Amino acid sequence: MSYQRYCLVCNSSKCGHYSKAIADNIKHYLRENNIKDIKVVMTECFGLCKQGPIVKIMPDNIVYSGVKPMDTKEIVEKHLINGEVVSRLVHENKKSKQLKIVLRNCGFIDPENIDDYIEKDGYFALAKALKMSRMDVINEIKLSGLRGRGGGGFPTGLKWEYAYKQNSDQKYVVCNADEGDPGAFMDRSVLEGDPHSVIEGMLICGYAIGSNKGLVYTRAEYPLAVKRLSKAIKDAREYGFLGNNIMGSGFNFDIEIKYGAGAFVCGEETALIRSMEGERGEPTSKPPYPAESGYWDKPTNVNNVETFANVPVIINKGANWFNKIGTEKSKGTKVFALAGKINNVGLIEVPMGITLREIIFDIGGGIKDGKRFKAVQTGGPSGGCLTEKDLDTPIDYDTLLAKGSMMGSGGMIVMDEDDCMVAVAKFYLEFTVDESCGKCTPCRVGNKRLYELLEKVTSGKATFSDLDKIKNLSNVIKDTALCGLGQTAPNPVLSTITNFWDEYVAHVNEKSCPSGQCKELIRYIIDHNKCVGCTACVRVCPVYAISGKVREPHTIDQDKCIKCGACYNTCKFDAIYKK
Amino acid sequence: MKHVKMESYFSRLESFIDSLEDKKGSLITVLHKAQDIFGYLPEEVQSFVAKKLGIPRSKVYGVVTFYSFFTMTPKGKYPISVCLGTACYVRGAAKLLDEFKRKLEIDIGQTTKDGLFSLDGLRCVGACSLAPVVIIKDKVYGKVTVDMVEKIISEYKALGVV
Repeated sequence: MSYQRYCLVCNSSKCGHYSKAIADNIKHYLRENNIKDIKVVMTECFGLCKQGPIVKIMPDNIVYSGVKPMDTKEIVEKHLINGEVVSRLVHENKKSKQLKIVLRNCGFIDPENIDDYIEKDGYFALAKALKMSRMDVINEIKLSGLRGRGGGGFPTGLKWEYAYKQNSDQKYVVCNADEGDPGAFMDRSVLEGDPHSVIEGMLICGYAIGSNKGLVYTRAEYPLAVKRLSKAIKDAREYGFLGNNIMGSGFNFDIEIKYGAGAFVCGEETALIRSMEGERGEPTSKPPYPAESGYWDKPTNVNNVETFANVPVIINKGANWFNKIGTEKSKGTKVFALAGKINNVGLIEVPMGITLREIIFDIGGGIKDGKRFKAVQTGGPSGGCLTEKDLDTPIDYDTLLAKGSMMGSGGMIVMDEDDCMVAVAKFYLEFTVDESCGKCTPCRVGNKRLYELLEKVTSGKATFSDLDKIKNLSNVIKDTALCGLGQTAPNPVLSTITNFWDEYVAHVNEKSCPSGQCKELIRYIIDHNKCVGCTACVRVCPVYAISGKVREPHTIDQDKCIKCGACYNTCKFDAIYKK
Repeated sequence: MKHVKMESYFSRLESFIDSLEDKKGSLITVLHKAQDIFGYLPEEVQSFVAKKLGIPRSKVYGVVTFYSFFTMTPKGKYPISVCLGTACYVRGAAKLLDEFKRKLEIDIGQTTKDGLFSLDGLRCVGACSLAPVVIIKDKVYGKVTVDMVEKIISEYKALGVV
């Protein structure tokens, strides 16, 4: 049955609280009015979480934001029946700078319905590719300029060609869906919102390199993604897109899901392969590359979710369409997970070459609570921070590297004036120390020592020679660690020490934290002019550090104070301040 | 009673392992199932898995301790996970974690004496728009503040050990 209109209700994390009630209400009013040619679909994140819950009407392309269950009657009666837009709910479109290739279907189709995907030209690219020669498919990907979206940015076509040239009875296609970068959720959204695009990308890759077996390595922490993907694989088998003699071409291919178990290092391709074999996910040195000797020592091509999702579009629209988007060396778009101290949190997809200013201020709606922008971390724990002076730099793989950061998988964490950059560097390093597999010494021992040095800085015990040590040690680790995780671990440190040298100096010289974040360097002090002696602070202090008589100004014993901030949060008279 | 229950757990795990077509490389899959059944992976379970798969116990232990998803201590009835991803961090997750530690008097990875709560930190659940996020069992709490901690804990205490 064909539908006249589609009513899309966002069902992702934030809107999800209301989405069921909203969808049920809409269905109820449609039934009440005996309307059958409008389909209500639960979809994934529109990237407007701050303005949620979101309802979108297609093909009218009207987005309603801040929709409450009680608004549904108006939407149904006014818009769906009379075709009149409910103007008070229309979302002001600030997102025109986006371009959706990877997220083309996310939020527009029912991810659990294969027919929806087919209706959007799904599996057309596969049919087209199967009529091309294998080398022609690879050349098309090479010509498109597509680079790996997992972080490194290696040209995808070259990777495929390398795997294609291997002579072996068995080759594997692996989809890396082990999205471990904290603050990044691009792959999860693609798997949850458009699983078939990943399956189709893997199929085309399998055909091109001569493989009949695909594996998706995903996190056990993403149950919905796993559920949607499993359903998609099952449906694709039923429709004959997976299995033997696909579309009568004689090409066989099937996909299996493998689960990770929570290890960040498994995003590194050699570690990922070890983990799929049921081993500890420790990386091995390259060469040999997985393309020569990977899963069970067979040639293996590993690409990430976003990379695969790009493939069907490239085949459908042609390499020459794709390579007109972006910059000279970085083609196409990139999905970013915009989070932190920003107004519009959510997923965005933008053409390569867009500036940070456009992302943060136009799309992201600026900094929360009107605070001042300080920095943005890209590339997660492997990347670095960009500051105010970088706001107008076009973003692509190479400019980010030149700035001491990296593209990474696409996490973008925005920080404001209240964030201490030394503490941020320490936070990222703590993450990598925690996730280090322990195989090589520079990472296992070096990063731990580096972390301890940073701890000295944030507790006000460091000297200038420690700052030199931090720089030297960082460079040694970069040069000597075995895998990407270790080599890039010092990046956040180096990048903050370069960009925010003054903050480091303040911690060392004045033993103070300019942002008031480093606990050991804060002192809570009671302003005797404002204190009325209500004793509220005395009652919340867990270590009995506050003394004073009722209705007389109180004092905090700095030797006893553990700087928990309970008194600061409790005082109703603003009499306690941080110094 | 408890003994009978354990036996049925082991037989469930055994039939799962026997049903695997290819045991090669299946260790992580088997451990996922085992943790699903037992709730955690104590030594007896690890030995059992090692024997069934024909691999050394040291290898099983190596894998269990490598991956943060696997645990060797039983979780509380209401496992509390505080997200420590970057977005939650910049929005104050560390303070939340401290508050849970203080209120429950346990550290990360521990379980309260009454078996009600266990505390863990985890890395990003991808709900960054709700930061900071706390997950208790399957329920997600968004935009949690230090003041809310006490109330959340007492909600579950009221449910009790039933």
